[in-house]
Amino acid sequence: MFTVLRDLLRYRTEFRFGAILTGFIAAFAALSLVSPYPPQDQFVVPPDLPPSWSYWFGTTSRGQDVFWQLTFAIRNTMLFGLSVAVLSRLVSIAIGMWSGYKGGIVDRLLMSVNDTFIVIPLFPLLVLFYFVLRDRMSWPLLALAMASLGWAYDARLIRAVALSLSSREFTQQCVFSGMRTREIVFQEHLPYVLPIVFYTTMNNMNWSIGLEVTLSVLGFTDIDTPTVGVMIYWANQHTALVAGVWWWVFFPVLFVMILFIGLFLLAISTNEYIDPRSRLARMGDVSG
Amino acid sequence: MQAYAIYALKRLAQFVLVVFIGINLAYLISHATPIDPVEQTVSAATSFGNASPEAILMMRASLRELYGLEGGAVSQYAAFWRRVLVGDFGPSLSAFPTPVSTLIGRALPWTVGLLSVSTCLAFALGNLLGGLAGYFRESRILKLAGIAAMAVHPIPYYIVAFVLLIVFGYLWPVLPISGGYRINTPWGWNAEFVLSVVTHAILPVASLVLVGVGGWFMGMRSLVSNIVSEDYVVYAELAGVSRGRILGAYVMRNALAPQVTGLAMSLGSIFNGAIITEQVFGYPGIGTLLIQAVHAGDYSLVIGIASVSIVAVSVAVLIIDLLYPLLDPRVKVA
Repeated sequence: MFTVLRDLLRYRTEFRFGAILTGFIAAFAALSLVSPYPPQDQFVVPPDLPPSWSYWFGTTSRGQDVFWQLTFAIRNTMLFGLSVAVLSRLVSIAIGMWSGYKGGIVDRLLMSVNDTFIVIPLFPLLVLFYFVLRDRMSWPLLALAMASLGWAYDARLIRAVALSLSSREFTQQCVFSGMRTREIVFQEHLPYVLPIVFYTTMNNMNWSIGLEVTLSVLGFTDIDTPTVGVMIYWANQHTALVAGVWWWVFFPVLFVMILFIGLFLLAISTNEYIDPRSRLARMGDVSG
Repeated sequence: MQAYAIYALKRLAQFVLVVFIGINLAYLISHATPIDPVEQTVSAATSFGNASPEAILMMRASLRELYGLEGGAVSQYAAFWRRVLVGDFGPSLSAFPTPVSTLIGRALPWTVGLLSVSTCLAFALGNLLGGLAGYFRESRILKLAGIAAMAVHPIPYYIVAFVLLIVFGYLWPVLPISGGYRINTPWGWNAEFVLSVVTHAILPVASLVLVGVGGWFMGMRSLVSNIVSEDYVVYAELAGVSRGRILGAYVMRNALAPQVTGLAMSLGSIFNGAIITEQVFGYPGIGTLLIQAVHAGDYSLVIGIASVSIVAVSVAVLIIDLLYPLLDPRVKVA
C-alpha cells in the first residue's frame, strides 16, 4: 500500500497534482487552529469590506473575516466527508469482500440489494430525513444517514476485486491449509483490496462533500456550524451577490472546487494504476 | 425469445426489489424518528394565533388521519403502501385542497423533459468525444477536451449551476435564469411559447450536460483505448477497413454496451442533480416542488415526491434494462 503511494507520487503527474491540491486545502483547513476568532462569533470585524491587505478575502455582512471563517468551513467539510467515507467503507468492504469471496447465491442476493441502493435516488430521501428531524438535525446524524445509504457503488467495485482473488491459486492453498474464511479474507485478500479502497474513499469523499454543500446551501442541515455549504447559504440569505459582496461566495466556491479536483485526481490516478490494462498501455506509451 | 423472457423477468424482479426497498426506506425515515409530524404541523399552525384547545384537538385528529398515522404499526405500514400503490397521497397542506398527486403530475413532465434531454445530450456527446479521444490518442484538441471534462466532472451539480447562474445572471445577462417559460405567454403549440420554453431550458440543460459529459467521456476513452489493441481491430486495420468504419462499427459499438449499463446505474444520481439544478434555476419541476414543500412544512407532499421519485427512477432503469438486449445480442443467447 505505502510503496504503491510512493510510486504514484514519484511517477504519476496526476497523482502529484492531486496530492498538492488536496494538501494545500488540508493545510488551509489546519489554519483554523490558529484562528484569532471563534467560528460562531459575529461582528468581530467591520462588515462588507472587499479583499485587502488586512482582510485577505474580505469580510462578510455578518462581520466575519472570510479567510478565517473559510478555514473552519473547509475543516468541517473535510472532516464530514472523511467520516462519511470511513463509516461507509465499513459497510462496503464487508459486503464487497463477503459477496466476492462467497460467490454463487450469496453473491447474487447481495448484489441485487446492492444495485438497488445504487439506483434509488438518495437526495429526496435525505431531504425527507431533514424534514422529519428539522432542528434536531446534526452533522453526526447526517454522516450516519449518508454512510448507510452511500456504500453501494463502492461495494460493487470491491466485490469485483475480491471475486477475482477468490479463484486464484493462493486462495485454494489457504483453504486447503485449513485457514478460516475470515482469516483468508482479512489477512490474505485485504492487502490486494486496499488500493481500490483508497480509490473509493476519495470518490466517496467527493460524493459526500458534494451532497453536504447541496443540502447546506438549501438550509437542510445544521446551519450553525460553518461548512462550505453553510457559508454559501448565509451569503445567499444576505443576497451577497446582489449587494456586490462577491468575495463571500467566490472564495468558498473556489476552494471547494480545488478540493474536488484534488480528490478526483488522486482517485483516478490510483484507479488507473490499479487497472493492469491501462498500466500496460502507459508502459507502451513510454517505450514507443 | 425464451432467453429474452427470462432476462426480462429477472429485470422485472430487480425493479420490484428497488421499489420495495426504496419505499421501505422512505417509510423508515418518516416513521422511525422521534419527531411527530402531526405535532410539528400543529405547533406551526398554532404559533401564529391562539387557537382554542378543542380546535387543536380536532386538528390533531384530522391530521393523524390525513397523514395515515392512525392505528398500530402494521396498519400504518399497510396504509403507507396503499398510498404509494394507488398514487394517492392525500391533499397537499400548503396548496390545500389540491391533491398531492395533481401537484406532482403538473411538475413531473418538466423534470422528465429536462432529464431526458440533458441525459441524452451528455451521453451522446461524452461517448462520441471519448471514443474519438481513445482512438486518436495523439490529437491535441481531444487531449485538451479530456482535461476540461476531467476538471468539471468532479464538481457537484449545485456549484456548476450556481456558477452558470452568476455568469449569465449578473455578468452577461443574455439568457433567462429563472422559470420554465416566459410568464404571461399563453400555453400552446405556437412558436412564441415553444421558443420561451427552449430558451428557459438552456441553462439548466447546460449545467447538467457540463457535469455529465465528463463521466461518459472518461469511461468511453478508457474502454476504447483497451479495445483498439484487441486482435480483431488490428486485423481489420491490416485488412484495410476504413478508420471511420473501424471506430464506428468495430470499436465504439462494442464499448457502448457497458456504457449503457453505466447509464442505468447512474440514473439515480443524475436525478439528484436534476432536482438541485431545477431549484437553482427555479425550474417548475419536481425538485423545486420538493424544496418548496419542505419550506412550507408540507408533510404529505414531501413523502409523495420522495415515493414518486423512487418509482420514476426505477421505471426509467427498467426501460433501459429491457432495451439493452437490442444493443448486446449476447443477452439473448445466454
